[in-house]
Amino acid sequence: MGNMVKLIVDGTELEVEEGTVLLDACLDHGIYIPHLCHLKGMEQPPASCRLCFVSIEGIAHPVPSCTLTVREGMVVQTDTNAVRGLQISALRLLLSVHDVDCAHCPANKKCALQKIAKFLHIGLKAKGLEIYLKEPRVVQDHPLIDYYPNRCVLCGRCIRVCRAQNGLPLMSFAKRGFDTVISFYGAASTLGCKTCFACLKICPVGAITLKTPNS
Amino acid sequence: MKNNPVPEIEAILQDVTARLKDFRKEKCCLIPILQMIQHRHAHLPHETIKLVADHLGIAPCEVYGVATFYNQFRFHPPGKHPIKVCLGTACHVRGGSIILENFERKLRIKDGETTPDKEFSIERVACVGCCALAPVTVLDDQVHGHMAPSKVEGLILGFEIEKQKQEREKAKDDF
Repeated sequence: MGNMVKLIVDGTELEVEEGTVLLDACLDHGIYIPHLCHLKGMEQPPASCRLCFVSIEGIAHPVPSCTLTVREGMVVQTDTNAVRGLQISALRLLLSVHDVDCAHCPANKKCALQKIAKFLHIGLKAKGLEIYLKEPRVVQDHPLIDYYPNRCVLCGRCIRVCRAQNGLPLMSFAKRGFDTVISFYGAASTLGCKTCFACLKICPVGAITLKTPNS
Repeated sequence: MKNNPVPEIEAILQDVTARLKDFRKEKCCLIPILQMIQHRHAHLPHETIKLVADHLGIAPCEVYGVATFYNQFRFHPPGKHPIKVCLGTACHVRGGSIILENFERKLRIKDGETTPDKEFSIERVACVGCCALAPVTVLDDQVHGHMAPSKVEGLILGFEIEKQKQEREKAKDDF
């Protein structure tokens, strides 16, 4: 066991091991911070979901808590107005490119977006933003898996677990900007998915589903 | 001379395999390699993606990810008559996307694709430098300003008539 450091989160003193990522420290102690792209033990956090912001004493602007490690004497606030404002904006931006059709989504009731929206007390609507949905609605290139671009939040967790499982990832981001998707390019013919379904299990929403015989 | 598609792709693969030896097996060489292939063969055939991935020891989907990120790379060979539809700011404001849509519908291909007869390909570009003529389309290096849906029909029809004329003359010559 390494050295322990003490920090204060929302007025509660936590004692955690040195080098722990701040987001992990909070989550382990039952302090929930919304997050989508974080995976425990990542060397370089992508910090791409822009949800896990916290305010830290001595730092002017909120910072993503997945990018920080704990420090002795750190004073952290997880629910300031600035933090909540950023989180609500980030979630609404995600919802503006999301096909909100929970009734027909396999992730309904266990979806990270639903959980975060509930936590932030906002509806599943991209208030004030234009809705942009991609075509096609379903990509069926993979022999075993269907991919729903308009459910995907592009957190990239599937790509990282796939790389961890297979050495070389069988999936990757493709295209750019609003058109960005996860692509299984070449997985069908050349490499062959080892059917570990790690991507399917790690998906925080219902973007990756098992092919059903009639799909 | 008739082009048989299978030997053509084999020739490309042979050429690419030979050229790959000039590149180090490092990730930083990925874009230069893709540029080399596109420079020599005018597009990135899907068959070459795996060759490149194997050379660099990365996954084909990663090569594909990079190639689709940049506008300069294309997966379809350009047609005999490349159509470049400008969607720069001025052309965008003057309805450039409607012109693009018209070409797409007329030729039944999407932006970045080539017609099955390899006659036409559609490409979107950002500003060709004559914004006063917006919306602009460049067809065979000839600039067509003040584009309108009716002009789209006319341009394609013109090519078709020209082609038929040539075919008729050729038939006459053969006779």
